[in-house]
Amino acid sequence: IATFLGRKLQPRPQNEVEETLKRIQGQKGVQGIIIVNAEGIPIKTTLDNSSTVQYAGLIHQLVMKARSTVRDIDPQNDLTFLRVRSKKNEIMIAPDKDYFLIVIQNPSD
Amino acid sequence: MSTKRPKSTTTTSKGKDKKADESSAGSVAGSGHPNDILPLTLTSATQELFGCRCDEDVTGDNPYKILRKEDIVQDMRMRAAVSDFSPMKQLVLDYPEDELLLVYDRDFIYGSSFYLVLTADAKERHLKPVVALGVEVALEREPSEVFATQKTSEPQPWISLGSEQEIEEESVTDSRPRLKYRISRVRREFGAPIFFSDRNAMETKDGFIECTPYQDKNFSLKQMERHTGVQTIPNLKSSSTQTQWTYPRSMCTQYEPREFSEEKKENCLQSEKLKNFVNSVASRFEMAIQQNEIMDVFFDDWKALSEEDSGYGRKADPHLKEYQSFTDLHFSKEKTISNINWHPTINGVIAVAVTERLSFEDRINGSTKLLLNPSLILFWSFSDPINPQLLLECPDDVFSFEFCPSDPNIIVGGCMNGQVVLWDISTHVEQLQGTRTSGGKNIAANTNALQGFEDKRENETPVVRYCAVSGIENGHKAPITDIQWLPGTFEVSRMGVPMENKNGICVQIVTCAPDCCVMFWDIRAPRVLQTMADQRKQKVEEKPLENPHGVPNTFKHLDLTWKPLIRVSLPKIDTSGEYSPLKISLRDNTCDNHTGSNADRAHLNAERSEVAPEYALLRVPSAKQLKPLEDICTRLYAGTEDGELVYTDWKLEKDNDSGRLFSAKPSHRFIIHDGQVNTVRRSPFFKDIILTVGGWTFAIWKEGVTNGPIIQSSCSQKKCTVGYWSQSRPAVLFIGKEDGNIDVWDLLEKTHEPSQTQNITATQITCIKPWIVSSKQHLLAVSDHLGTLHILEIPWTLRSPSSNEKLSMSKYFEKEVDRLVYFEKRREMRAKEKKDYEAEELRKKTEPIIPEKQVEQILEEAMKEYEDYLSLERVILKEMGLLPDTDKVDI
Repeated sequence: IATFLGRKLQPRPQNEVEETLKRIQGQKGVQGIIIVNAEGIPIKTTLDNSSTVQYAGLIHQLVMKARSTVRDIDPQNDLTFLRVRSKKNEIMIAPDKDYFLIVIQNPSD
Repeated sequence: MSTKRPKSTTTTSKGKDKKADESSAGSVAGSGHPNDILPLTLTSATQELFGCRCDEDVTGDNPYKILRKEDIVQDMRMRAAVSDFSPMKQLVLDYPEDELLLVYDRDFIYGSSFYLVLTADAKERHLKPVVALGVEVALEREPSEVFATQKTSEPQPWISLGSEQEIEEESVTDSRPRLKYRISRVRREFGAPIFFSDRNAMETKDGFIECTPYQDKNFSLKQMERHTGVQTIPNLKSSSTQTQWTYPRSMCTQYEPREFSEEKKENCLQSEKLKNFVNSVASRFEMAIQQNEIMDVFFDDWKALSEEDSGYGRKADPHLKEYQSFTDLHFSKEKTISNINWHPTINGVIAVAVTERLSFEDRINGSTKLLLNPSLILFWSFSDPINPQLLLECPDDVFSFEFCPSDPNIIVGGCMNGQVVLWDISTHVEQLQGTRTSGGKNIAANTNALQGFEDKRENETPVVRYCAVSGIENGHKAPITDIQWLPGTFEVSRMGVPMENKNGICVQIVTCAPDCCVMFWDIRAPRVLQTMADQRKQKVEEKPLENPHGVPNTFKHLDLTWKPLIRVSLPKIDTSGEYSPLKISLRDNTCDNHTGSNADRAHLNAERSEVAPEYALLRVPSAKQLKPLEDICTRLYAGTEDGELVYTDWKLEKDNDSGRLFSAKPSHRFIIHDGQVNTVRRSPFFKDIILTVGGWTFAIWKEGVTNGPIIQSSCSQKKCTVGYWSQSRPAVLFIGKEDGNIDVWDLLEKTHEPSQTQNITATQITCIKPWIVSSKQHLLAVSDHLGTLHILEIPWTLRSPSSNEKLSMSKYFEKEVDRLVYFEKRREMRAKEKKDYEAEELRKKTEPIIPEKQVEQILEEAMKEYEDYLSLERVILKEMGLLPDTDKVDI
């Protein structure tokens, strides 16, 4: 008789999430991925802690501003994707109701 | 009335008197009247007729009325006796004039209401009111005199009515007796000459009369009119308020970002929402990322295109220009230059190793002569093309030498007899630097320990003897053809394991010689001999003056006892025996790509060790003290005498059986060149690209690609004697030829032939070394077989890289590697195909033979087939309804 006491259930496969993230990470030039919740607190990241926290805080504000801009112009519209291209790299953000995903890529390699 | 005249005169005199008594006119009235007036009474009818009604036409104020004589006469005729004027008819008729004056006598002065003035004079008197009353009175008198009986007036006594007083007042009388003055002057003073004298006007009072100016108001004009313009402006108002002053205070807050604990993070990660989110969002990302990979939308093609045209005007001359050439009649006569090296820090100083141009036999024959002429390394400076600046004495001909990268005063050289030689030129460095700037031999400023020594040889080039030389029995057995310093990042231990180098300076040397050995040397004193070295050092300290030939004591600890640290041999792969390396190339484990000038790197090194370390005090550390470095690539390429390129690992392995260290067999070996490999060089831009030159070709290899060279040139007409990469352009390399030509290969331009060829000298080129002096000046040092050193200037086209040159080159190399790989695959495939084909053939040949059929059997079979066919035909036709028999039957 097998007992289940004291043994955690096998976590539900979050393979999908992991897989997807790995797939994105594996693309050419991708430097880092951060998942941030709606309040700006990072949940998962591939960068070091200080960079993560910095990115999360700054980008959260930017996304809020961008989203409010889009919605002010047309309340039925909503922000789907934000790309910030800089000299050295490109930051891509996909916002959602509860989370955002931030990807930093160096395009020209 | 002539009778009246005389009367009138009397009356006039009377009138005069009467005038004086004008006030008494009233009193005279009742009694008498003057002669020339006649009182009469007029009836109202007459009054109305003549218009002199009482109190209407004539009044008290206006009593005079002029009557015409003719009217009176007429009235008298008409009314004869009734007329009032009848009594005076005669008088009237006698009146001389035409008009008579009637006076209204209101007050009945003459006894009636009217009186008529009978004489002209009286009339005039009346009318002219000099004294109206007086005249009246006079007039009154006259008529009374004339009318009434003439009375003679009796003079009355004078009654004074006070008029005397007035008269008295009027008259001028003397109030006092008149004064009489009599003035006289002496007679002689009359006519005397007049003497004038001066007198100051200011002395006496009132000596002058001043006419002081005063402001005359007439002259100060008052402007009554003024022409002005007026402009309106906004109403300006300045005001101030008092605010509450809040003084600044330094404050700070410390914050830290909110983070989730691990648990929370886990929870989030597990949530379904996150999964959905990530799934929905991933596709957008993939698209975006791939977009970026496909094309860089922000790349400005137009701008990038223009970079290539920037130097259009300067592309004129792609040839190497001769800058300077050095040859010394004394030292390099009949000699050849075997190696060139630029001084890493001092600009414009170049060292050449001069060797004899003799074959082996000749050397043996002339060995005695050779011993007398020492071999030298010459230092040339650009400022002096005739005399070399410094001479380094060598025990034997030096085929290769190198400056120490961390300390340019140390030079190591490899001799023909297999010895390794060290020089220390620190005493002459100022001189070398000084000559560069001043251009003359100015050594007076130098304060050297060898001052006295050098004074003797002021006009001669200083000679520096080597300070250490390895022991003959320990060194190579063949001329050392390649010598290199190990970079200061790691050092090799006695076990052959790369360790970290704590000092950071270069202390180890690699040499190779055709005696099939690659040796590692350390310039520090070995630990084992520490005691002996101490003794030696003490000995040296005791005798500081024992310094023959002015040799510095830097490497005294090594002199004549120097042994190599490790010895790496190159055993042949397939057969026994060993490879004989001529040139080696180690992987440079530190540098990436130096696009800057070499001087920068040397400066960096100089900064690291500004003070030359005391090599005598350095000790080879024990292997336990140092940390072994894992990531050092310990492989090297060696080009051999037979034209092979050998790829091997110099790390020694321990033989388990005997405990001895031995070197592993090389991993790869390539036979490429038709002659000796004279150059094995890595590209300064790519760590893993190696150039080998030998025989009539050159080849480019990529480390790790073991199929063969990625690029191999075609055979040229003449032998290639030396090759070198360009320091600034990744795609350019220089090849020196047997006939004195330099081939410049630009691999991005042409790969089947050199992009340009230039003849430098008449004999073969023995060494090429480029050098970057500044961004505008790149020099190429070329030495030839006759002992002349040529310095050429690299033109702009050959020294400035085109845009993305490195990228293009790396892509090109990759392509070539792919090509090799493809060829290899094809070869394999072909081989396989061939094998398959052969197998097929073989199989065919070995199949069993089928027996031949009999003829009858064949016929039978044919008939059966035919019948089968016929039946089949019938069936088909029947189905189609085309069978003729059955149709006919039905009908």
